Amino acid sequence: MSFFDYLSARRDHLIELGLEHIQVVALSIAIATAIAVTLGVLVYRRPRQAQIVLAVTGMFLTIPSYALFGLFIPLVGLGWQPTVLALVMYALLPIVRNTITGLQGVDQAVIESAQGMGMGPWRRLFRIELPLAWPVIMAGIRVSTLILIGITAIAAAVNGPGLGQDIFDGLARIGGASALNLVLGGTLGIVALALLFDAAFAGVSRLTTSRGIRD
Amino acid sequence: MRLRQTVPQPATAGVAPAMVTEERIARQSRIPRWVSYAGMPLFLALASLALYLWVTGQELDSIEQRQLNSEFITDKLIEHLKLAAVSTLFVIAIAVPLGIALTRPLLRRVTPLVVGVANIGQAVPSIGLLVLLAVVSGIGFRYAVIALVAYSVLPVLRNTMVGLQQVDRSFIEAGRGMGMSKASVLARIELPLAVPVIMAGVRTALVINVGTAALATFVNAGGLGDLISNGIALNRTPVLVTGSVLTGILALFIDWLGGVTEDVVRPKGL
Repeated sequence: MSFFDYLSARRDHLIELGLEHIQVVALSIAIATAIAVTLGVLVYRRPRQAQIVLAVTGMFLTIPSYALFGLFIPLVGLGWQPTVLALVMYALLPIVRNTITGLQGVDQAVIESAQGMGMGPWRRLFRIELPLAWPVIMAGIRVSTLILIGITAIAAAVNGPGLGQDIFDGLARIGGASALNLVLGGTLGIVALALLFDAAFAGVSRLTTSRGIRD
Repeated sequence: MRLRQTVPQPATAGVAPAMVTEERIARQSRIPRWVSYAGMPLFLALASLALYLWVTGQELDSIEQRQLNSEFITDKLIEHLKLAAVSTLFVIAIAVPLGIALTRPLLRRVTPLVVGVANIGQAVPSIGLLVLLAVVSGIGFRYAVIALVAYSVLPVLRNTMVGLQQVDRSFIEAGRGMGMSKASVLARIELPLAVPVIMAGVRTALVINVGTAALATFVNAGGLGDLISNGIALNRTPVLVTGSVLTGILALFIDWLGGVTEDVVRPKGL
């Protein structure tokens, strides 16, 4: 069967896996963003803590994915749980780093004006600092998302969801007639998702950026 | 208008300000450099000790004993290091000359094209590349190395190009004015000035290779990934944990070593 025949014959199956892939990445990114932005807000004025947070999250990103997925199996079993836990850990560094960079990049004069207008620290954070830092934070979320789309492929090794399942199915049938189509479908599907997300991010970033600072 | 200027420009790739941020914060935090240098090996030594004590405290059955002895583990470790080292050497041998060629005036026009293709290539998942090559060509050490090289060639290529492009034009012109040939300007001015950036790329490639080598187990090329796979397949937690922890320790150690080397080999003048 040619690859294009394969694609049309297995369209529903590929779409289903692709949606799973998107779901697990989106869930992990959402959790990671909540944790990372909170961490960034907590440490951006404290260089010592900031360095520790960056060192620890950098360490997570250095641990090979197969090892991290593996480590979680004895704790939470196979499937979605080890996948999401590991993915969240991988997504932290780019978002934390950009949150710190973005918040530190806000002009001191703007912060003082906000204070002068009578804004308290919380309102200043949510109304002034975070909106101004948001484009930079979004750039971090985008990098994390692209990293996760690739790493999720390996999650299938621990029975995780997503297009990686087809890659490993193909591996199991190596030498068989369907092996190449399975692997190619899974791999190219992931590349397509990455390109799709990358394009979508430009739009999302624009829509979620406060109107006053849009280009 | 005023507000717009206060927004730090998102870097083109979103990752470019990375080192800048971390270096700036390291300077602000006033944590002495030796503390950040010594912290990692200390942590890794403790992690190794904890792993050793935990494994020796377990009652291992015969299947576990076959995997968890120093001979087997050393074999796997050497396989792993061989995969990572050989592929990184190939990456340097391919990417540095290619990066030099692509920044010469003759080829400069195709540079954006190469970068574009390279960025799309980056989206290919490592396991996909590895398995694809296994399905098309074959399994074993050689094909694993080819996949590792293909996957990690980009950071070195990109950093070689960026490193050479950021060299101040006036240095190159000064060298030419002093009567140096183009080749000696390249060898004695451009390359030494680009070394820190190229080294950063090599370190990234090396760490990627150590990580991806853990997947070599799927194409029968060995490495510490064998322990993880066996641990999962045989449902033996001590084997799985030993494989995972050792892989993690190895990657962190290599990354640490790369960071220290980067600081040591940086040309004195910079």
